[in-house]
This record gives sequence, structure tokens and C-alpha cells, in this order.
Amino acid sequence: MSTIVARRPLDLDQEQFRVPRGQVYIIPHRCKDCQFCIDFCPADVLERSTQLNAKGYHYAVVASGKEDACVNCRFCMLVCPEFAIYSEEAQEVLSADQ
Amino acid sequence: MATEIVVDRHPADLLLRSDRLPHIWCPGCGLGSVMSCYTDALMASGIPVERHVCVSGIGCTGRVAGYLSLDSFHTTHGRAIPYALGLKVSNPDLKVAVISGDGDLSSIGGNHLIHAARRNLDLTVICVNNFNYGMTGGQAGPTTPYGATTSTTPDGNVEQPFNLPHLVAAVGAVYVARWTSLHVRQLRDSIRTALLKPGFSFVEVLSPCPVGFGKANDLGDGIDEMRFYRRRSIVDDNANLEDVGLTMSEDEPIVLGNFVNRERTVFSPSVKKWAIEEVLNGQA
Repeated sequence: MSTIVARRPLDLDQEQFRVPRGQVYIIPHRCKDCQFCIDFCPADVLERSTQLNAKGYHYAVVASGKEDACVNCRFCMLVCPEFAIYSEEAQEVLSADQ
Repeated sequence: MATEIVVDRHPADLLLRSDRLPHIWCPGCGLGSVMSCYTDALMASGIPVERHVCVSGIGCTGRVAGYLSLDSFHTTHGRAIPYALGLKVSNPDLKVAVISGDGDLSSIGGNHLIHAARRNLDLTVICVNNFNYGMTGGQAGPTTPYGATTSTTPDGNVEQPFNLPHLVAAVGAVYVARWTSLHVRQLRDSIRTALLKPGFSFVEVLSPCPVGFGKANDLGDGIDEMRFYRRRSIVDDNANLEDVGLTMSEDEPIVLGNFVNRERTVFSPSVKKWAIEEVLNGQA
């Protein structure tokens, strides 16, 4: 009866398609090291800091080698219970495209 | 590209009393995630902040109202819905949301919950379910699953818990959804739908409570409880609500979804006789 068609992006045939780039912002003194953002980041951008914040927690930082990996999905911002992390569209990439 | 940038403000700080952050909730608690989804949904809904009021009861979840920089009430135990009812009927232009815990809403305020749903009061209720009374030391409550260990049920809970979506749908809620604090996108969209829906809308959010509930039941830290939700959850909008009760068994799924979205006449105490006749004749 019905055929299963695997999903593929509509713009795959085109020469150029732009993957969004995100810039991660953190507020270290709010973090309580729950690791929700680190564990559930779909691009595995984040890791625990080596430094401690004022309350003695390791906060989230961008992992080494992952500086370009954030796609600005904003999952970390929604899942963070502490309002301590968010991402915005990276400005450098926007100007480079223009 | 750069690494992270350290700042001291968050976009949601517009709606928060940021001087009170970091909040008192434990590391690994899901309440902050729910509040984050709520503030994002409120901003996305287009409801003017001056026309919105948030009402909370008592408990860990009851502190949400205190962290919001908008008109909010931290009410007596179980009475968040009566306060919200008073606000709504005296000023029908307001959009009123109740954010409270499972114990406050379904135990101490249980009758208020079912009668507000029966009347179909225009109200959004966000019930954060962490399966126990977390603030007072992890006692068993009306949503504690059968067999779960708590400080008052050391050998396992022998009571059957409430199935909250089934309960509120049975008594007349027009919008019923259930998500966990891990399903943040669905939860944010669900809260936005609920805020804009006329009538009684109810969103149950399952949330980790690593200190009160997780430790006693070997669920690990908050992050382990979130992984537990990811492992066990399935989404089924058309689920039979009788079957969406929650158990401790790993074999049974946690059913999530936007279960109910329907229309009923919305409660208005000042409605005139002709309007009632229109409803009875099926014209409205």
C-alpha cells in the first residue's frame, strides 16, 4: 500500500546550503554542574570546565576542537535549569556570507 | 570561531528577578528547565507581560512565582487555583497561569483542580510532577508510583497513584498534555498552545528530583533521571488516557503527548440568560 521514503534534505542537490553557526554564551556563576547541556547537546559542543565557579561547580564550556560545531539549535538554553547558557547566531559567519 | 563568551545576562532575564539567581533548586532538578520553557513560551505567545499573571502554590515548584519579574502570586498550600479563579473572573482580560507541584495541585488542592476543569475556567495549569514531596523531605504523595521507595514508604508505596492526564480529561479539561523536562521543545510549544487556548488547559511535566526521589529509588543524579526519561519515553498523541499511568517498571513506557485538544463552553460567571440559551440550543 504505502511506500516508506527515507527523509533527505530538500536542498541537498544545491551547490550551496548554509548550516547555521551558533555562538555559545555562558554565565559561569549560575551553573550548578547538572550537565544537562553537556550530555544532551546534539553536536557534543560542550564539556565541563577545569576551573570552578564561586560555588565550587565545574561549569560548561565549549570543548576544545568544537569551536565551530554549534548550530544554534538553542537546546542548551531551554534545558538549562539555571539560565546559565544560551546561544545566538554567530555574527562573523553572517558577515562572511554577505 | 571563538570559544564560549562569558556574560552576566541571559535573554530570559527580562522575565526573571535575576538578582535572586542562582535559585535554591538542587543541582539536577528539572524545575529550572520547566521555568525556562515557560518563559520562552510566554515570550513566543505574544501575550503582553502586563496582562499575564503567574500563580504558584507551596513547595519547590511554588517558588517559580517568586523568581518571575511579572505579576505573580505565591499563595497558600493547594489554593493556587482558587486565587487564579478570583483573578480571572474579576479581570477577564488577564491570562492567568498556575505553575505548581503535583502534591500542591492534586493532593492538597485536588478538589480545586477537578472543579476548575469541570467549570472549564480559562486557565493554564502547569503541574510539575516529581513523584514526591521534595521540599519537606521526600514523603510519598498522590503521584508516587506503586512500589516506589520514599521516606514515608521505606518498604515501597502500597497506594495506586493518580493518572493526572486521565483525571483532568475525564472532568472536562479542553487541553491536556504530558512531557518531561527533557522534552523541552515539545514542552515549550505545548505551554504556548495552552496559554493561548480558551478554557482549562493542563500540562503535566515529569521532572527529576534527584535528592528527594532519585536517591531513594536508585535513579542516580538528575542527569541519570533525564537519561531514564529518554530511554523510557514514547510519544503517542492518540494514547488511551486510561493506559498512561506511570509505573516504576523499566518495561513499561512513559507515554507523552498532546493528548486532548477540544472545545467546550468556557466558564464565565457574568454570562446572561440569552447566552446560556444559545449554548443549550447549540448555537455557540
